[in-house]
Amino acid sequence: MDINELLKLSIRSLVANKLRSFLTTLGIVIGVFAIILLVSIASGLQTYITNQIQGFGSNLIFVIPGRIGGARTPGGVVVNKLKIEDAKNIQIELKNLANVAPVVQQLTTVKYKNKRNEGTSILGTTSNYTKTVKNAVIEHGTYFTQSQEQSGAKVAAIGKTLQDNLFSQEDPIGKRFFIGSNIYTVVGVLKKRGAIFGIDQDNTAVIPLSAAKRQFGINLVNAIYISANSETQIPLIKKEVNNVLLKHLTEDEFTIQTAESSLEIITNITNILSIALGGIAAISLLVGGIGVANIMLVSVTERTKEIGLRKALGARRGDILKQFLLEAVILSLSGGFIGIILGLAGSLILAKFLVSQVTVWSVFIAFIFSAGVGIIFGMAPAIRASKLSPIDALRYE
Amino acid sequence: MKKTNLIKLSDVTKDYKLGDTTVSVLKGISFEVDKGDFVAITGRSGSGKSTLMNLLGLLDTPTSGSYFLEGLSVSEFKEDELSDLRNKKIGFVFQSFNLLPRSTILENVVLPGIYAGLNIREREDRAFSILKKLNLSEEENKIPNQLSGGQQQRVAIARALMNNPDLILADEPTGNLDTRSGQEVINILKDLNRQGKTIILITHEKELAKQTKRIVELIDGKINSD
Repeated sequence: MDINELLKLSIRSLVANKLRSFLTTLGIVIGVFAIILLVSIASGLQTYITNQIQGFGSNLIFVIPGRIGGARTPGGVVVNKLKIEDAKNIQIELKNLANVAPVVQQLTTVKYKNKRNEGTSILGTTSNYTKTVKNAVIEHGTYFTQSQEQSGAKVAAIGKTLQDNLFSQEDPIGKRFFIGSNIYTVVGVLKKRGAIFGIDQDNTAVIPLSAAKRQFGINLVNAIYISANSETQIPLIKKEVNNVLLKHLTEDEFTIQTAESSLEIITNITNILSIALGGIAAISLLVGGIGVANIMLVSVTERTKEIGLRKALGARRGDILKQFLLEAVILSLSGGFIGIILGLAGSLILAKFLVSQVTVWSVFIAFIFSAGVGIIFGMAPAIRASKLSPIDALRYE
Repeated sequence: MKKTNLIKLSDVTKDYKLGDTTVSVLKGISFEVDKGDFVAITGRSGSGKSTLMNLLGLLDTPTSGSYFLEGLSVSEFKEDELSDLRNKKIGFVFQSFNLLPRSTILENVVLPGIYAGLNIREREDRAFSILKKLNLSEEENKIPNQLSGGQQQRVAIARALMNNPDLILADEPTGNLDTRSGQEVINILKDLNRQGKTIILITHEKELAKQTKRIVELIDGKINSD
């Protein structure tokens, strides 16, 4: 029996039970749709975070206090022993190899006239900051100068969110506003950086390190950003930084990270996310497959007499097997096809609100899975049909 | 000169297991059918005639004994080989017609041709000419429900003739028909016999059996008279 005949036969019997075929297919559609959509979200998230991290610059190395599994206070907070002096020593050691910017970070309320903005991240850093961090770019006005930094001037470069919330339509340059209880003058506005892990990076004010030291009364830094002049020198710089820090600190009191190594961590996390989400969606596809098996079993029982007749007229086991298997495969493949289309459409729409990115492999896997589901779950009913004895089947009422 | 046997049964038995007990339905049947014969197998219900028909039609295998069809020892054949033999050598006509209800008359008739591997041209050419001979040309695109019982049984005969088999097995072909349509069906079978087909008619109606060339009467799983 050739494939055209089989196709015609299978499609006809599926069409004869439109509603039933549609509902069975729907199970597969939902499974495939879920796989594509969820994997798209995970993969969109990965791309988004990767872009964010690359926004810092691929030459970036950062030193943060403590180490995973290292010393902590009883509350579980990392004990910070990273001093401003450490950053200075690193700068001296690296001279022509890199730019170094220590960063002190505190969350504070800022005020302008009758407007307030809570939880603003105040970064105290040097005039080197914009040279060190790639996506710290002044869009409007200027950054503070080295002399302003040395004199402890109360000046600030503010993020987009802060500009919108405090100054709205006003030009913020030259305006005086409160950080905590001190008055600062806006010198520049930073270009939008977006959010990372849900933290708005534009709700920020960058002020001279000397001013931050006085404002918050601290001598410790939250991070030291180091930007290598050349990517090839990153390993060398890491080694140098390590040596400098080990003079005052022990090995588990600091961690040296590169953009690349943190990317690796992020990629690992999002890959796990991707597999977990895909796995959950695959379960729904499995349930859809059980639906296919179920409906094929019903179909075999209903058509027992037809099977008997076909056998009497000369159908071999294989002919019957192929006929029923093909029906199951058509059911699940058409479900897979519709699911892929809906999944693609869904993730395109979602991309407008959230991060979402269709990956070729998720489409491919969804397709293979849905075909596989048809074959695996169609097999048992088809074998049952092919094994019916013609007289028993003909006698069946 | 040696006679050409189409069918040769020797000492065929058939048992069915019903729970713990074994029921012997056929208790040693031996008979031969020559090519071109028209045999009626009669008997009351329970006499084993349907079981015999299933064995003759290769739909079932005997418990013991041997069955030669055109000299082939078919009791040793495998399932798929039996399918092929049924397809090419035997045409079935059932009491309840057994037409596919959603397929057209033409599609029903070509069915054995599909399993024989004929291409669409050959199939349809053959089906058209058979339908024409049986006065069904007008009905080819209808579905079985749109036809009378007599017409449906004629479609079933057309289907039985599709692969030009040597043997036609008709199992109570008039059982669901009125007397007039029933006689019409018997006339077609007689006609086919005149054209050289071997026909085995299973019936419990003595009047019909009398119209054949030979009557085999089964009583309780054995041949009573031949």
